[in-house]
Amino acid sequence: MDLTPIWLTLKLAGITTLVLLAFGLPLAWWLSKKRSFIKIIIEAIITMPLVLPPSVLGFYLLLAFSPRHGIGKWLHDVFNLQFVFSFEGLVLASVIYSMPFMISPVKSAFQQLPASLSQASYTLGKSEWQTFRQVLLPNIKPSLLTAIVLTFAHTLGEFGVVLMIGGNIPGVTRVASIAVYDSVEQMDYTSANNYSLVLFAITFILVIGVFIYNKYQVKSPLE
Amino acid sequence: MISIDIEKKLKAYKGVQVLRVKKEFATGGIARITGPSGVGKTTLLKMIAGLITPDAGRIVVDDITWFDSAQNISLSPQQRMPGFVFQDYALFPNMTVQQHLEYATKDTAWINRLLNIGKLETFTTHKPEHLSGGQQQRLAILRALAIKPKLLLMDEPFSALDVKMKGELISDLQSLIKELKATALTVSHNPQELDGVSGDELEVG
Repeated sequence: MDLTPIWLTLKLAGITTLVLLAFGLPLAWWLSKKRSFIKIIIEAIITMPLVLPPSVLGFYLLLAFSPRHGIGKWLHDVFNLQFVFSFEGLVLASVIYSMPFMISPVKSAFQQLPASLSQASYTLGKSEWQTFRQVLLPNIKPSLLTAIVLTFAHTLGEFGVVLMIGGNIPGVTRVASIAVYDSVEQMDYTSANNYSLVLFAITFILVIGVFIYNKYQVKSPLE
Repeated sequence: MISIDIEKKLKAYKGVQVLRVKKEFATGGIARITGPSGVGKTTLLKMIAGLITPDAGRIVVDDITWFDSAQNISLSPQQRMPGFVFQDYALFPNMTVQQHLEYATKDTAWINRLLNIGKLETFTTHKPEHLSGGQQQRLAILRALAIKPKLLLMDEPFSALDVKMKGELISDLQSLIKELKATALTVSHNPQELDGVSGDELEVG
C-alpha cells in the first residue's frame, strides 16, 4: 500500500489544527465576550461550513483563488502563491472548513466561566492577556482538548472541499479520503479497504481517547 | 476620604429601578454597607472597583478621581487595584492556595503572614475544590489583601465562617487594615455583623 496519502492526510490535519489553534483561540475568546451585531455575522460565517455542502465551499474557493483573476491572480503575481491544486490550498480550505469545530466548543467554554474570574484577575492588576493565559485558558482545558481532537479528526474526514480545490495529485493533494474514492473508481478494492481501515482506526482511537479523558478527568467545579 | 456620588439604572424584576448613592467614607477602618437583597449592593462595590460603569456621577478616592462622568474619566480596575472579595469567591480552579497568592504578589514574607492569618498554612498545595467553604472564603479574603490594597471591597466576606473563626478573622483584619492604612467597605445583609467594629455606615435602598 502506498502510504503517501496517509502521511499527507496527517500532515494536513496537523497543520490545520495548529493554524486554527493560533488564531481560533483569540477569536473564540473575543466572540465569547459581549455580543454585538458584527459578532453575530462573523459567527454565522464561521458556522456556515457545518451546513453548507462542501462542494459549494470548494467551488467558491476554486473561483476565488483561480490564478487567472482577482485575489488568486494577485497572490500568484506578487507572492508566487497558488492555492488551487496545491497543498497550501488544501490547508486554507481545511482551516475554513474545520473552523466551527475549533471555535464553538472553545467559545462556549469561555462563556461558561463565571465573569467574576476575570474580574478578580483585573482587580489584582493583571492585564487582559495575563488573565487569558493564566486564568481563563487553564480552566477550559477539557473543552480545548475536545476542540483540538475534533478539528484534527474532522480534517482527516474531508472529501468534497479537498477534491474541488486540490484535485487528485499524488503526493501533493491526494489525501487518504481521495485515495479511497480513486481506488474504488479503479476497482482496486484492496487499496480502498486499506485506506478506509486506517482512517477508521485513527478516527476511532481519537474519539474514544477524548471520551475517556473527559470521563476520568477530575470534574472542574465549574461544570 | 472616599467620596461616592453615583447613579445607575438597574434591571429589576419589575422594570427598571435606579440605584443612587451619595456618601463619604472616612479613610481608615471598616465601613458597613447594608440593605435588602437585590437593591444593588454588589453593583455598588463593582462600580467602585471599575468593573461596572455608573451612568453618571463621581468617585474620588484619596483626592484621586477614579470616575467622573462629566469629565469622562474612568480608571480601569487595573489602575484602581482595590482588594475585592467576591460573593462567589471567584477563586481560580486551576491554582493552588499558594499559587493564588503568588499570582497576586511576589512578596513571600507577606504571603506567609497572610497564610498564617487565614489558617491556611497546611493547605498551600490544595486547589479550591479541595477546600471547605470557610477555607475558600478565607482564601478569597487573603488574595484580596495580597496586593496590599488601599481600598478593600468585600461582598458578604464572612457568610461561610463559623462564629469563632469570624471573630478571630475580623480582629486580624482590623489590625491589618490599620497597618496598611486601608479602608474596607463591607457589604452585609446581616445588620448585626460587624457591630462594634465598623465606623461609617451606609444603608442602600
